[in-house]
Amino acid sequence: MPTTTKTDTLLDFTDVQMTFPDGTVALSGVNLTVNRGEFVTVVGPSGCGKSTLLRIASGLETASHGTVELDTDRIGYVFQDATLLPWRSVQANVELLAELHKTPQAQRAAKAKEAIDLVGLTGFEKHLPRALSGGMRMRTSLARSLTLDPELFLFDEPFGALDEITRERLNDELLRLFAEKQFAGLFITHSVSEAVYLSTKVIVMSGRPGTIVDTFEVPFDMPRDPEVRFTPEFAALVGKVSHALREGHN
Amino acid sequence: MADSTGIAPRLRRRGRNFGPGKIGLWGPPTALLALIIVGAYIANALLGTRAFLLPTPHVVLGKLVDPKTAPDIFESLGNTALVALVGLLIAAVIGIVWAIAMSQARWVERTLFPYAVMLQAIPILAITPLIGFSFGYDFPSRVVVCVMIALFPMVSNTLFGLQSVDRAHRELFRLQGASRWTILTKLELRQATPAIFAGLRISAGLSVVGAIVGDFFFQRGNPGIGALIAKYSARLNSAELFASVLVASLFGVVIFLIFGWIGRRAVGKWYDFG
Repeated sequence: MPTTTKTDTLLDFTDVQMTFPDGTVALSGVNLTVNRGEFVTVVGPSGCGKSTLLRIASGLETASHGTVELDTDRIGYVFQDATLLPWRSVQANVELLAELHKTPQAQRAAKAKEAIDLVGLTGFEKHLPRALSGGMRMRTSLARSLTLDPELFLFDEPFGALDEITRERLNDELLRLFAEKQFAGLFITHSVSEAVYLSTKVIVMSGRPGTIVDTFEVPFDMPRDPEVRFTPEFAALVGKVSHALREGHN
Repeated sequence: MADSTGIAPRLRRRGRNFGPGKIGLWGPPTALLALIIVGAYIANALLGTRAFLLPTPHVVLGKLVDPKTAPDIFESLGNTALVALVGLLIAAVIGIVWAIAMSQARWVERTLFPYAVMLQAIPILAITPLIGFSFGYDFPSRVVVCVMIALFPMVSNTLFGLQSVDRAHRELFRLQGASRWTILTKLELRQATPAIFAGLRISAGLSVVGAIVGDFFFQRGNPGIGALIAKYSARLNSAELFASVLVASLFGVVIFLIFGWIGRRAVGKWYDFG
């Protein structure tokens, strides 16, 4: 699947269909591209196949039909839960991926330190996950993926379980990381305002089978000013996306 | 973990203001013990001429310091402890390996699990002749009985632990192309440690039972406290009998507590090990 030529396109889905062994059609005729420098968000109702999209992109599942082209092997994957190993400290959790790639100890410790600094968890290296709040666990999870220096970041509703304040703060952190680290993102969520705030492009999906019903370019500048959320333009776009979502759902 | 930045209240659960406290914890069982002791004296008094069947507590305890009986009892206990420990070690190794094998593939589990259940259902009494033929009537046979009795909790607990791994955790490893061995050692076995220690604690108690049962059937060499119990019971030495039973059960309790402690030391930092 991965091609060797470096292009602007990192991820390209062409006419992707996913049928599960029990006959459920999770995705149908999905065309989608993620270019370098883009942050694409997919919104849709629960059970519309959004997560399946990510699982195919990451290689956890193989599409039953269509082609998926991936132009990088540096992929970060952020799960719905923080998926930290409870017996490992923050430091050891963040080091895990490098450890699985057999990176030497000193190198991965340094890498982890840097990532922990980036997500603002300095001082918590020795804490176990159970001593952290939900938001801090998610930061640890983000730091863990950052150690891979991903070119493409896949997010599977990472902030869905967090409270509103923590969620907004993490949205801002993510935007900062996006500006700083220059990765491309594919972000799944069911929050329309989160989608519009985070992304350069919003894709609206409908369920059963999951198809793309609409795409919106988000015109606001990056790095994004948090105040943009309170402008009429922002509200108008959120309204348009919400309408598309509702129409697609009916 | 005791630093003040640790936010989780669960870590402080054993603190002074939480839980039942020392009196609440030790009070009720101590009261029950006192009741049993008083009951024993009353029963002894009521039995009249047959009072020898139920000796009074101080007579029983006296046997544990009596130079005529105490050395016998404690030497036998030592022998029992050795059988139990060796048996437990073997049961742990076999049980963990067995469970790992079953966790690797569905078909292995389907093939092997019925035998784990069967092993647990076999009446030891019925197969003692078989064990005797194969392993003799000495130490090895006592260990075999002990292993058979202590094995099942190790198998079932380890398997449960290995299978309790989160799907997302497994995928996290798979996404990095981790090998089966890596997943086993860095994820599954780590995740299973609390269950393995819980199994060890149950099996430790059972291994003492197993060693004593083994003594009843295989009495050559240096048999343990089970053989002594059989002897005292045949001679109607009830005070000595009670003393031996008391020592044997206290030993079981101590082993249970020791393995509970080891378990808490091993995983208590990240898991509330009961």
